[in-house]
Amino acid sequence: MTDSGAVADDAPQEVPGTAVEAPADPPVVPPDSGSSPRSTVGGTILVTLLAFVTALAIGAILIAVSDQSTRDASSYFFSYPWDTFSRAGSAIGNAYKALFEGAIYNPHTAANHTAAGYLGPISETLVNATPLIVGGLSVGLAFRAGLFNIGGQGQIIMGAIFAGYVGFHWHMSAPFHVILAILAGMLGGGLWGGLAGLLKARTGAHEVITTIMLNYIAFFTLAYLLSVRGFQAPPYGQAISNPVDGNVHLWPLLGSSMRVHAGLLLALGASAFVWWLLKYSTLGFKLRAVGANPFAARTAGMGVENSYVTVMFIAGALCGLAGVSQILGTNTQITGDIDAGIGFDAITVALLGRANAVGIVFAGLLFGALHAGGSTMQAYTPIDLVQVLQSLIVLFIAAPAVIRALYRIKATTGSSGAALAKGWNG
Amino acid sequence: MTTLASTEDVVVEHDVVDTTRTVARRLGTGGVFIALGVVTIWALGTAVRAGHKTALKFDAPNTYFSVHNIDVPGRAVIIALGVVVVLLGLWQALRGFSKGTLPIATAVVGLAFMAAFLCWVSARAQGTQVDVLGLMQNSIGLAVPLILGALGGVMCERSGVINVAIEGQMLAGAWAAALFGTVLGSVLGLVSAAVAGGLMGLLLAVFAIRYLVNQVVLGVVLNVFALGLTGFFYDAFMQPNTASLNTPKVLGEIDVPVLSHLPVIGPLLFQANLVVYLAYVLIIVVDVALFRTRWGLRTRAVGEHPKAADTVGINVLAMRYRNVVIGGAIAGLGGAYFTVGSVGGFSKNITSGNGFIALAALIFGRWSPRGAVAAALLFGFAQALQVMLSITVPSIPSNFLQMLPYVATIVAVAGLVGKVRAPAADGEPYVKD
Repeated sequence: MTDSGAVADDAPQEVPGTAVEAPADPPVVPPDSGSSPRSTVGGTILVTLLAFVTALAIGAILIAVSDQSTRDASSYFFSYPWDTFSRAGSAIGNAYKALFEGAIYNPHTAANHTAAGYLGPISETLVNATPLIVGGLSVGLAFRAGLFNIGGQGQIIMGAIFAGYVGFHWHMSAPFHVILAILAGMLGGGLWGGLAGLLKARTGAHEVITTIMLNYIAFFTLAYLLSVRGFQAPPYGQAISNPVDGNVHLWPLLGSSMRVHAGLLLALGASAFVWWLLKYSTLGFKLRAVGANPFAARTAGMGVENSYVTVMFIAGALCGLAGVSQILGTNTQITGDIDAGIGFDAITVALLGRANAVGIVFAGLLFGALHAGGSTMQAYTPIDLVQVLQSLIVLFIAAPAVIRALYRIKATTGSSGAALAKGWNG
Repeated sequence: MTTLASTEDVVVEHDVVDTTRTVARRLGTGGVFIALGVVTIWALGTAVRAGHKTALKFDAPNTYFSVHNIDVPGRAVIIALGVVVVLLGLWQALRGFSKGTLPIATAVVGLAFMAAFLCWVSARAQGTQVDVLGLMQNSIGLAVPLILGALGGVMCERSGVINVAIEGQMLAGAWAAALFGTVLGSVLGLVSAAVAGGLMGLLLAVFAIRYLVNQVVLGVVLNVFALGLTGFFYDAFMQPNTASLNTPKVLGEIDVPVLSHLPVIGPLLFQANLVVYLAYVLIIVVDVALFRTRWGLRTRAVGEHPKAADTVGINVLAMRYRNVVIGGAIAGLGGAYFTVGSVGGFSKNITSGNGFIALAALIFGRWSPRGAVAAALLFGFAQALQVMLSITVPSIPSNFLQMLPYVATIVAVAGLVGKVRAPAADGEPYVKD
């Protein structure tokens, strides 16, 4: 009874996403009869855009409220209201201008006429987007198999530990070393994610609980390693690891003056891989079948339990790759906050990208821009605003009805995300 | 005659099918018990020198009469406890406890192991006193927010809405309690914590019930939202004006007359602050309300089979709204414990994942208030033990001890609970046909 109920509930959500991409269907004729795919995609983009605008509008209110001079002016609001509005306007303008300058184009640095001056903000956006894309792929892939991977933090930490250890402890010639370090990082994350999958397959423990707990365990494991000789950097005063060899650095893509590194290529490669995996591979078909309806998948002879382990291993490996990008690209030494909140941000990326590879790349870029801009915006308003914006965007996207009601848009079918996490009974 | 034989056949067959499944389980559980007992005897018992005493402290000042602290030869007691555990394990493996007695046996095994462990902690340091009463006091203190968070979750999930946002509700509560507790006084701070938690609950309810958003996902997003919003306001207002906005008075200890002077249970249960007493009350209220009132029956009906509930005239959505908001308010109170209930001021992410542990307690406790409380106490104990061990056994790296509550959670959820059965309609939005 439970099961049939859950299936019946999930089915209408999953149909559009799966049906469009199901390998069995001929690609020319979309089986989705309600609306043409073009209008659905257009509607989706419109809703996404409006969600973004609405979130920024709410953010603007927060900025105005938190601005000291605006609040000073509001004390005499009724005698001279214009002051309040102009000060609020300038506070909001300054903050969002800084957000734009940090993320996309900064006229002040561009005035230097150097490459870094023109492209610096974009480079920052890409640096921030890299781990978010890979992390988003990890969460998105798990979503497609009906699993919710909140364990990104732990998997990123494990990936960074493995990659970092190979990076600073082993010494060998360049190409092997960097490949080995990347693989080690993916293995580390994969094992950590696979553990959660194994626990689910063998004991039925829900992955939401186990992955969160594994996050903490990974965090304290790292804290321990950062206090151990051989891992910790001399003179052993700080909780920071040895620096990785120059051999294993992911090379900068736009010259040494900008931070964007080859991790971005790895992220794009991973996106292509996940796209292929979900769309064309037998494994991907299996995963989607399990995600859509584990009972039907079992009846069809698919190893549902095995698929949990497999998908969590791959998801973990992807997060491990995010860790690799953090330790071999963005940083060179592991610190306690090497994951930098990416594990959780990746969830919002996956949701915004509707758990499909292409969407996730764009979502990662958007949130990467928010993060890059957030650090320059910090001069005007607390950086936590980025988190608020992020959660609001995802909230509105998850509930497109809110946006449609706000802007009086007609409903289109099939714009709800392909993302699904099973309840406790699933 | 033949009919009798055939029924016997059926019975025998049934029995065989049943036992092949249970034997492995029985042997497995028994094996775990035996292994634990052997570990107790070998690793703990033999590690203690024969002459060393174990001293366990149960006494506290200001009680009617003092209790004798336990002062025993360490090794003998540890080995005796280990033998008890092994014997229980052997019985389980060979004969098997019945369904009713196995939980008791498991509890005895757990307690015996913990007692042996504490004896070891004391005896290895040549009879250093281990403050068992203090340990239990800390356990309860650390468990209170978990209890409230889990009770909030019970309210939500029994009515059919998954609440992964306990963490966010607690965080909002902690924040509101600190801010309004400073401005309006600590007791009103508690009220505002409940309101803030309730508002977070309302947000969850609206998006889950009205907009049919996937509830697990929604919960996580709301956690990020709460973290961002409280962090934003903390940076914008509270941190620059700490004195006027972030220094609530910590709720004072209230001693219950007479009861607080009873030895052991007095200091343990009846010398606490308002949040703790509220937690006691809420445990009883939620338990009674859920299983003894009309409202509770409706709540459970809505959580198990909304369609049937709707058919008999229960307003499914209204029930769910009400329960989710009340649940959020209770979790918000739990959050208040972190600020006005213990340290006073708010800091970013002050709940630090306790909402997720409360969620695990809720699942471990199988969605029942009593089970959730027991699980919360267990996790509270794990945290308290970690604090105690980091002082008494400094040779264990503190980071490993800090993992303890989380490892305990995984072991509990994976090893003891396994595949759970939530309320049947938990997480399923109800849409009228």
